[in-house]
Amino acid sequence: MNFRFDLLMDYAPFFLKGTLYTIGFSLAGILIGTIFGLLIGLGKLSPYKIVRLPLDWYVTFFRGTPFFVQILLIYFGVVPLILGDSNAIFAGVLGLSLNAAAYIAEIFRAGIQSIEKGQMEASRSLGMNYYESMRYVILPQAVKRMIPPLGNEFIVLIKESSILAIIAAPELMYWGRAMQGQYYRVWEPYLAVALIYLVLTLTVSTVLNYIERRWATE
Amino acid sequence: MIKVQNLKKSFGALEVLKDINVEIKQQEVVCVIGPSGSGKSTFLRCLNLLESITDGKVYIKGIDITDKKTDINQLRTDVGMVFQQFNLFPHKTVLENIMLSPMKVRKWNKQKAADKAHELLAKVGLSEKAGVYPGSLSGGQKQRVAIARALAMEPEIMLFDEPTSALDPEMVGEVLEVMKQLAKEGMTMIVVTHEMGFAREVGDRVIFMDEGFVVEEDEPKKLFEAPSHERTKAFLSKIL
Ligand SMILES: Nc1ncnc2c1ncn2[C@@H]1O[C@H](COP(=O)(O)OP(=O)(O)OP(=O)(O)O)[C@@H](O)[C@H]1O
Ligand SMILES: [Mg+2]
Repeated sequence: MNFRFDLLMDYAPFFLKGTLYTIGFSLAGILIGTIFGLLIGLGKLSPYKIVRLPLDWYVTFFRGTPFFVQILLIYFGVVPLILGDSNAIFAGVLGLSLNAAAYIAEIFRAGIQSIEKGQMEASRSLGMNYYESMRYVILPQAVKRMIPPLGNEFIVLIKESSILAIIAAPELMYWGRAMQGQYYRVWEPYLAVALIYLVLTLTVSTVLNYIERRWATE
Repeated sequence: MIKVQNLKKSFGALEVLKDINVEIKQQEVVCVIGPSGSGKSTFLRCLNLLESITDGKVYIKGIDITDKKTDINQLRTDVGMVFQQFNLFPHKTVLENIMLSPMKVRKWNKQKAADKAHELLAKVGLSEKAGVYPGSLSGGQKQRVAIARALAMEPEIMLFDEPTSALDPEMVGEVLEVMKQLAKEGMTMIVVTHEMGFAREVGDRVIFMDEGFVVEEDEPKKLFEAPSHERTKAFLSKIL
């Protein structure tokens, strides 16, 4: 087999554009997902069942079904309901965010529950109310423990965003498939795409390791 | 100062406190002893509502704390608590541990809170540790910081739940010394402890609890030397 670097060079601008979209989708997903996830995670600690129950269903649904199915439902079902017409970018960001929120909610819940009970008790015994205790005592400690799993979730999102190719969102995988369709070549587009994903995920995990090591020595 | 009437506490079907009646006067130091599981910690934790009260009344400074209208957070600023496991905030320095609650609850400014914290650190003999994180302290030092942290709220009552039980023997003394000093200054104190020497020397009264009841209470000397109940005798003979 001969590897056609020249074809790859022709396609490089599209891969670059796709990479930027992939980064954009993943960043939007992790940021919006973190905000939703925090709210859902806190809600799941609520003493009221009426608050907890729908959130439990939400998390169960998004963690228990394939992202492939979720994105089709959102692209063909949910987004047309909201916008009147579908939009791949909007559906992609929405799908990734909603999916990430479910996982991140669990990360938050686990992080908060990993803080020893005595911390909340000491804080309450000093006269701070529940919210002050959460804000100044529990969350600062919990967030530190949440960083590694949040980083993992980011890596998962980078990879999951490739599924957006199915709704023709112009991210990296979409251009890989486009190149295959155009030249009837398999190795060039998919090896290139795989390599770019690898660079993205390795970069994130290196940054994460660095942050973790710095905190460990603090 | 504290009046406990027919206090009952259950965890589900398990009744842990079964009718506690105790009165504690201002400046009194009361030691609570009893076998493991007898409800000593639960009793203490009911006094600042870390545990909800199942039945009965508790009055602190004349205020019924079981009344739903009572401001729990306000109550807790008057009742300091020291835990067996210290429970210092590991992400804050020693000084920040002490300053946090006065600033957030009492709304003191930073300067005032820091001054108070330094004053208290001097009192517990740890001035040089102001800037370090709790992780680098010994157990005895941690517990002294925890005491200073509770005192920063200027409480009128201090609750101690086995403050020396998690310490290596050589560190027990330094913590008891701080507590003795506090007692001398007139703090109202309730101390769950196995330190009979401390109870004898500092305590005005000793309460012996067993199976959720106050079996016997008396001056330390009388209770230790001439206990009137069989169960007290049996307990004392095991630990003395
Ligand atoms: N949160 C809880 N839920 C259920 N049961 C509890 C809870 N806290 C305490 N108990 C039970 O209540 C009983 C009394 O516990 P408590 O901690 O008050 O005893 P204690 O006298 O302080 O014992 P120790 O000397 O071991 O500290 C025990 O049987 C304990 O298992
Ligand atoms: Mg106990």
